[in-house]
Amino acid sequence: MLFSLFTSVVLGVVTKRTDRDRLHYGIYTFVCFFVALFGLGWLMYFGHG
Amino acid sequence: MAKEKEKKQPLPPVAEWAPALALSWLVPGGGHLLLKKTGRGLLLMAAITSMFVCGLMMRGAMFQPESGDLLTTLINTGGFIGDVASGILYLLSQWLGYNQVDMPGAVHDYGTKFLVTAGLLNILAMVDAFDIAVRRKD
Repeated sequence: MLFSLFTSVVLGVVTKRTDRDRLHYGIYTFVCFFVALFGLGWLMYFGHG
Repeated sequence: MAKEKEKKQPLPPVAEWAPALALSWLVPGGGHLLLKKTGRGLLLMAAITSMFVCGLMMRGAMFQPESGDLLTTLINTGGFIGDVASGILYLLSQWLGYNQVDMPGAVHDYGTKFLVTAGLLNILAMVDAFDIAVRRKD
């Protein structure tokens, strides 16, 4: 979670040009990290049993 | 249908962007502060420094450049570059004697990754500072 938070902040700041876009993109990447976290977790669970 | 090639803008003189780039490496977010982008600079400083400190608190190991087979060279030298890219954070941790031996353990592993990622994020910040300094973006 901490990793996702710090990475999302930096990605949001450096990739977009307006403050609004930075905030939206930061939140978007944070949510993507979360989805990947739980998705991969469940995938590993079903894969390994 | 011929595409007109955009004329490549020449880079401004080195003296215009080199200080921001150098400060951006040395102090995470420092280049943005120098370029008067205070909000962005402070956010970058907080995020990258916090990530580095979390890595230290998790007792992550610092990479040393090693040669050997290709994979060993890539991982260790790449990791070393990632660590050094944090600038003063890396230098201070070395000067103050931080010396964590690489040992097995999930928390140590996370710490090692946090340390390298902090440097890689600082490289992104450096590129952004350079783009602002050469006026490719605001």
